[in-house]
Amino acid sequence: MLSQNPDLSQLNATIAVTGLKTGDNPQPGVPVIRSIRAAGFMGKIIGLVYDSMESGIYLEDLVDQVYQMPYPSAGAEAFLSRIEYIVSKHKIDVIIPTLDAEVILYIRLGDELSKLGIHTYLPTEECFLLRDKTKLASYFPPKGIAVPETSLISEPSQVIASKDQFPLMIKGRYYEAYKANNVEEGLKYYYEIESRWGLPIILQKLIPGDEYNIVIVGDGEGGILGMVPQKKLVITDKGKGFGGVVVNNPDLFDFAHKVISLLKWRGPCELEVMRGFDGVYYLIEINPRFPAWVRLAEGSGQNQPAAVVLKALGEPLEPLPACKAGTLFIRHAEDIIADVSVMGQISAKSELIRR
Amino acid sequence: METSLLQNLAMNDNGFIFDPISGYSYTSNETGLIILKLLASGLDKAEIRAQIMDEYEVSADNFDSDFEHYLLMLDALNLVEY
Repeated sequence: MLSQNPDLSQLNATIAVTGLKTGDNPQPGVPVIRSIRAAGFMGKIIGLVYDSMESGIYLEDLVDQVYQMPYPSAGAEAFLSRIEYIVSKHKIDVIIPTLDAEVILYIRLGDELSKLGIHTYLPTEECFLLRDKTKLASYFPPKGIAVPETSLISEPSQVIASKDQFPLMIKGRYYEAYKANNVEEGLKYYYEIESRWGLPIILQKLIPGDEYNIVIVGDGEGGILGMVPQKKLVITDKGKGFGGVVVNNPDLFDFAHKVISLLKWRGPCELEVMRGFDGVYYLIEINPRFPAWVRLAEGSGQNQPAAVVLKALGEPLEPLPACKAGTLFIRHAEDIIADVSVMGQISAKSELIRR
Repeated sequence: METSLLQNLAMNDNGFIFDPISGYSYTSNETGLIILKLLASGLDKAEIRAQIMDEYEVSADNFDSDFEHYLLMLDALNLVEY
């Protein structure tokens, strides 16, 4: 069957993308926008930010307009009210949320967004909740997908009680994961994560092996529209992949297909998978959005962000080309030079209209 | 000896080798690369020895010893089953 990447050069639409921060803990918005532009998209792109210091705001050629959003913790009403305001200034046809904590709001507000003419390509709420870190270990293993032994804890004494099982991974419900080698480190990370992300905290058995990450767009019926797996080559002290290479591994493909067919995931996601030295593939996490390394998908021949734009709009999508194994990415940080008035405008007015 | 996994490897003439299944990459010197390519093409030890002795000044004993060592290394890297 003929495969080709989406051509967005004739698309008359406005696309909003969230998560424009790059740096040591980069968000996926900037690469998502780069991939959409790489598909020839000439229309307006609106950046939705939470913080005036999100670096993508300051890139002259990245977004046409920027609007600051209330944090998801402010609730759906404030969120929707802000979107209504933005739409009163400029129509939005598609929103691609790229941050874990906001995705659920966009799912729950689907009907309201639709009335505003805004389209998304996201999973159902039920599906979204099944991939919660606290649910993985109960949902998947009975269905034949291995997940490392996991326990949810809400007391520091439970860290101490696990003293014979270290090293362990200690994770927050939404973000952050640390390898704790002993009880002392375990308690340190417990308190750090608790203060930032609350309870419960996830204790997970460490699986020695090779880590793979897979960016996927699911069709919502158990099928996969696009899939690009990579092996991390450069990992920062925060565990972030700053370099990686596309692999072509049939066992990994089968594993990912099985996970997505069970979930019937719709839209973009990232699977984190460990291939243990025992040869078993373990599902570590499912992130409900594109990863920050998603440009590797486009760079290896498969423009997934552009595909999501078409699917959100209900436009036909040709099968995406296969990715090219051996394509490498390496993250490069560069200073952006801008006038302080840009910061002043976004800080004072919570919006920035470039074009 | 099982060498079919070697057929998946991408090898360039500079000695850079990429395994697209695992994502691992390796470097090899010229001789190692030639032997790897011969193994990947399905030749057995005697055939490889004949070709290497044709090309390089090396005794059969030296070749056997180095070849054995090389295969053990490839086996440890899960690239062959020796």
